[in-house]
Amino acid sequence: MSSTDTAEVADAAADADHAAEQAAAEAEALVERLRGALGDGLVEWHTDRGTLWVRVERDSWADLARWLRNDEGFAFFNFLSAIDWLPSPFGRDMDSAVDNALDPPEPAEPPATETGAAGGDTRFQLLARLNDVASGRSVIAKADLPTDDLRAPSWVPTYPGADWHEREAWEMFGIDFDGHPGLRHIYLPGEFEGHPLRKDYPLLARRVKPWPGLVDVELMPETNGGKDGPS
Amino acid sequence: MTVTERQQLSYIAAQAADARVNLEIETEGMTLNIGPQHPATHGTLRIVAKLDGEQVVSAEPVMGYMHRGYEKLAEVRTYPQVTTLINRIDWLGSFANEVPFILAAEQLMEVEAPPRAQWIRTILFELSRIANVTLFLGDMAVQVGAITPVFFAFRDREHVLNQIEAATGGRFHPNFDRIGGLKDDLPAGWVAETRRAMGKIRAFCDQIEELVEGNEIFQARTRGIGVIPADVGLSYGLTGANIRASGVDWDLRRDSPCGLVHDQVDWKVWTHPDGDSFARFWVRLQETREATKIVDQLLDGIPPGPIMAKVPVIIKVPAGEAHVETENPLGVMGYYVVSKGDLFPFRVKIRSASFSNVSITPWLLKGVYVPDIITILGSLYFILGDIDR
Repeated sequence: MSSTDTAEVADAAADADHAAEQAAAEAEALVERLRGALGDGLVEWHTDRGTLWVRVERDSWADLARWLRNDEGFAFFNFLSAIDWLPSPFGRDMDSAVDNALDPPEPAEPPATETGAAGGDTRFQLLARLNDVASGRSVIAKADLPTDDLRAPSWVPTYPGADWHEREAWEMFGIDFDGHPGLRHIYLPGEFEGHPLRKDYPLLARRVKPWPGLVDVELMPETNGGKDGPS
Repeated sequence: MTVTERQQLSYIAAQAADARVNLEIETEGMTLNIGPQHPATHGTLRIVAKLDGEQVVSAEPVMGYMHRGYEKLAEVRTYPQVTTLINRIDWLGSFANEVPFILAAEQLMEVEAPPRAQWIRTILFELSRIANVTLFLGDMAVQVGAITPVFFAFRDREHVLNQIEAATGGRFHPNFDRIGGLKDDLPAGWVAETRRAMGKIRAFCDQIEELVEGNEIFQARTRGIGVIPADVGLSYGLTGANIRASGVDWDLRRDSPCGLVHDQVDWKVWTHPDGDSFARFWVRLQETREATKIVDQLLDGIPPGPIMAKVPVIIKVPAGEAHVETENPLGVMGYYVVSKGDLFPFRVKIRSASFSNVSITPWLLKGVYVPDIITILGSLYFILGDIDR
């Protein structure tokens, strides 16, 4: 590598560092404004590789969307979903599952430390992403939901596109959205019972049939010069 | 983001015309069931439309005929195995589905693919866009009753599929992207052959322009039909050519390139101010041309070197969360990957473009006429696998 190349690489790295610093400063300023708007509603925030996570109280969930859309110009609704932080009660789902089919082990409580970016205190967590198309900023929003009261204010009045996403979250996780125009099944048949994306919902195909193999990487057989074996 | 004057005027004109019809004719309501066949069989979608005469009072899409539960299935598969599933989300541009997932896994593992792999990835990414959108360009004409262009589309798409097959081994489901690079290097002679294919696609675009775009019937059926104002489109999460046809200048390939090398070549993001069915068709036509230019430039400069970074044979992804989205043929596709440091992802949220693009239909189809349902759905361009996942 010549010296000019090295210099260019160093310049590019410095530019990237500078851009990352700037993004981090912008994210921090946004969080400060958000704290002003929501007060104690903002629980925690986290930045990593240019992505901003904010975790808010459930009661501030709708305010967050309104504030981001009306005051900050986050016009683009990206997606809304949820995460179930319960470790799978069926083990890693690759151990033999046949024996457990009729007698599944009891679900265990999740260790609170295992939640991801911006933390979390409860098993279910709402997850959504919004973008500001004009400036290229984006926010990933999270909110904890108490397990015995899985409901949250709906985003449909702010972002009409949240309609189908909330129907999906309702169907897959059993989360109710207050103010949603009509929570009904979107993918599954109407008589379907259970919430498939919950960790304690068994994947039947895996329960009744053993997984063929844990390791899917088979090393190539050693070449033996064609002395034995099929050519 | 504001609505342009042109959009407002065409929207008001359409509303006024509807109001006049409603005053003149008193009609009885009826329910029309459309589907569950997509008019162009991109899967099975059913639309229940309540009609007043020829006019739609309300339309409700019914989905789930193709729901395969990929988010659940991904939780019990190792990271390399997941790409086999997600290949089948948007089956006309399969390779593009793999890219954001692999990039998300690479981000968590802090691995970067070598430059050669990034360039070939970008080329294949754009080739799948061309293969995907080519079919749309022919298909859009079918929606208004012209049969011939779709045969041209199938004919010329084959040139691109042949190139994808030559490089990856699969016409539709390459399963070629790996964490840390690509499965194989390019075969000999591939670059020259791909360049020839790009020439054929450009000729196809010119042909479609002559045959379809200027056609009087096509214009009458698409101009001013299904107008989406920019702010409405954004709040429904519309992406890709659908939102660029409403005048929003936003393309992730240019605005936040991550892991792909679109910023290394010279190209242009096309937008159209009208937001109607015609605009969506027009933007896709320009984007196909632009994609051939991107591929041509990338072919000139594929750097030498390895195609795989050093990654362990058995891939364990460190705990963390990553969201990577790319500008796929149908719009923005993103994967939110939660890892707990295991062999399999803990949770994968798939943000597919068509799901959000189609969620605007209850709003958009209100007040249109029955034949326009077909052209509007056609112009939104969705793949059912991308809605149902």
